[in-house]
Amino acid sequence: METVEVRTSPHVHGAPSVATIMRNVVYALLPICIFATYQFGLSAVALIIVTTLACIFTESFFNRISGTSDSLGDFSAVITGVLLALTLPPGFPLWMAAVAGFIAIALGKKLFGGLGFNVFNPALVGRAFVQAAFPVAITTWTPSLTAARFTEFIPSTLTFPFAVPAAVDQWNAQVAVDAFSGATPLALSKFENIPTDTFLLLFGTTAGSAGETSALLILLCGLYLIFRNMLDWRIPAAVLLGAFLTEEAFHLFDSARFPDPWFMLFSGGLMLGAMFMASDMVGSPVTPVGVWIFGLLIGFLTIIIRLFGGLNEGIMYAILLGNAASPLIDAATQPRVYGVTEAKIFGKKVD
Amino acid sequence: MTTNTSAAHSEVKLKSQPDSMDTFLRGIWQDNPVFVMLLGMCPVLAVTNSVVNALAMGIASLFVLFCSNTLVALLRNFIPKQVRIASYIVIIATFVTVVDYVIQAISLDLYNALGAFIQLIVVNCIILGRAEAFASKNKVGAAMLDALGMGIGFTLALLCLGGVREILGNGTFLGISLFGENFQAWSVMILPPGGFFVLGAWLLLFNWLKERKDMKALSPDLQLAETKN
Amino acid sequence: MTVSANNNSESSGQQKKSETPPPVQNLPSNTVMIRALGGIATIAGVIIVFVFQFTQPYIAENKRRAIEKAIYQVVPGAVNRTSYLLNEQALMLETEFNESESSGSSTVSQVSTETIYAAFDASGKLVGIAMEAAAQGYQDVIRILYGYSPECECITGISILKSTETPGLGDKIGTDLKFLANFIALDAKLNQEKTALLNPIETVKHGRKTADWQIDSISGATVSSNAIGKMLRESTKKMLPLLIKHLHKIIKS
Repeated sequence: METVEVRTSPHVHGAPSVATIMRNVVYALLPICIFATYQFGLSAVALIIVTTLACIFTESFFNRISGTSDSLGDFSAVITGVLLALTLPPGFPLWMAAVAGFIAIALGKKLFGGLGFNVFNPALVGRAFVQAAFPVAITTWTPSLTAARFTEFIPSTLTFPFAVPAAVDQWNAQVAVDAFSGATPLALSKFENIPTDTFLLLFGTTAGSAGETSALLILLCGLYLIFRNMLDWRIPAAVLLGAFLTEEAFHLFDSARFPDPWFMLFSGGLMLGAMFMASDMVGSPVTPVGVWIFGLLIGFLTIIIRLFGGLNEGIMYAILLGNAASPLIDAATQPRVYGVTEAKIFGKKVD
Repeated sequence: MTTNTSAAHSEVKLKSQPDSMDTFLRGIWQDNPVFVMLLGMCPVLAVTNSVVNALAMGIASLFVLFCSNTLVALLRNFIPKQVRIASYIVIIATFVTVVDYVIQAISLDLYNALGAFIQLIVVNCIILGRAEAFASKNKVGAAMLDALGMGIGFTLALLCLGGVREILGNGTFLGISLFGENFQAWSVMILPPGGFFVLGAWLLLFNWLKERKDMKALSPDLQLAETKN
Repeated sequence: MTVSANNNSESSGQQKKSETPPPVQNLPSNTVMIRALGGIATIAGVIIVFVFQFTQPYIAENKRRAIEKAIYQVVPGAVNRTSYLLNEQALMLETEFNESESSGSSTVSQVSTETIYAAFDASGKLVGIAMEAAAQGYQDVIRILYGYSPECECITGISILKSTETPGLGDKIGTDLKFLANFIALDAKLNQEKTALLNPIETVKHGRKTADWQIDSISGATVSSNAIGKMLRESTKKMLPLLIKHLHKIIKS
């Protein structure tokens, strides 16, 4: 027989648990995964599965050797895996993707003490590692929407572990509907001054990482989380605003050299990074002012790296730098304790 | 707690082993300058991108350490305390200059690969540290053994890093290809960040081994006390 | 304010206390310290001079061999070489210059002077000139030696003297055979007046090379490839007109 406890008010509602929030983030990422699959076919599916499995196995391995309780149930490893896959080129060799997944969880999360203690966004730690380790593979792009994408893999996907990935130049030339230059819109804009239509960027039929191409879809998925109150809307808003304002300033200064701010907003991984990675609760500040500073900083850094750095995409390093700065931002923007004068907090007691 | 037990541990060793052997082995394992004392990190991280560089750097440091330790121990009663650091630096700088010339005479390629790090041996803390902490207080023979132990320990540590970094970062060992043409090199490993990754991994391994050994060495009642604490 | 002043005086007082010698033998006389340092410096000096004397010939030989290897690599067919110094006023043999330097009648050192190497084949015929060039790469300045053939008015080869480009990407400038093939006969013709290059050397995107004076860059290493193009363009622009003016001297000698 069940006992029913009757209590008087106030009745406290439990805040959504970590697992609930994380599960909802996975739901929000699903449409992006489906779109990546539609665009890049089998290779994208394999990539998402491999990184996610790598993250889950790494997580459980570290749980076992450190004797901590099972932390797979909170879905955070799954999110790391899926996000990581979405930031990689669709034809990225699967063994390198597994390495990235391992590094993301091992170096990005578990060595710091697990979820809640990691300084940096784990998915981006994994990506930054493979960016430095395999600079060629991670900048090899393949065309989207090829005819045979649901029946065959991109040749570089199934590279034997530790071997050099197969060259995709010829394959690209064969399968591409139009002439495909092997470059993302950002690279085209930076190195050859070729603009890409904003419409294409919104709907995402361009080349790019598996899940970054459709800005509109990412925006919608992010809005779902914002309306469920599971994502701090200030962070994406601040990142996008920071990027927009910085680019607008440069564009006004020299419109021939610096592209349109709208192009910057919708191209590359900015939207995905702003919505799903910068807003990671662990690596971002907690104070309302701090959140704005954090977001604006990331947006600003992204544009600076894109325009003046050696790479054409900067969102990854911008978020990692933002993560590193966030404890400092938090400390600098602590609100004053009500009723306590400032002199007593910072000043010395005077006799 | 752990420091106490390890100190006790080393005392036991001191008694059971001949003195000179312990002086020699101490630098290689127990007080390894890189993996235990974390000294001389600058060359450890910077020149270990290949085995040859690591080996050359290790031998160069070993030579400087050996000569300076010997000379410092010889002159230990001659050098007044007030000017000892200046004297040690002059002695060390002399041998670094010697090494610098000798490496240039042996191979310019090697000299260019090691870059400024040969000259920077002069500020390597291991060398000044051993002069100050050991050679200035001990007889010549002991100082030589200490230098050999520390130098070999340093060289081995450099080789540990250089080996992993060259194998992963280039697919070669001592320039000999290990996996054939098709191996995908992890270029991050020969870049500066790779030095930090590999050093971190080695330190993890060493500390884990040490912790396990300490746990095993602890008597049951001590173990009990530790768990109570 | 007063508190800190008090603190200062107190601490300095303490220092004084510890410095004021209770036992006299603790502070050795100046002579002892000078003797120790002087003695060590003397030993150091002797050791260094001895090693320097011993290694100097080997070092000089190594350097000579390194530069010769580079020269013979960039100027095919060369077996012999002479070093010259070239600036806007004159061209002279390096040996002559050294003599004039030592006799104190130097006029050359006022303006920027470059060392160039004239390379000759077995029969003593001039086959090419090797010169140094440098420009900012991806990581650091890249320095190369390149060969120029007056006969075909083209660049005949490059050799990387110093580069710290990214392994696997930028460092291909020294190993990628397709890239190095650009420099087997890279057009560097001068205009009619012999004052400037007819077609300045330029780097183009991978696979877009259409003319003899263009360098086909390495895909994935655009910055390093551009650096090579830039240094060659600037060096040839400056050096070749000067060189042509003085070329007869080299051929005659």
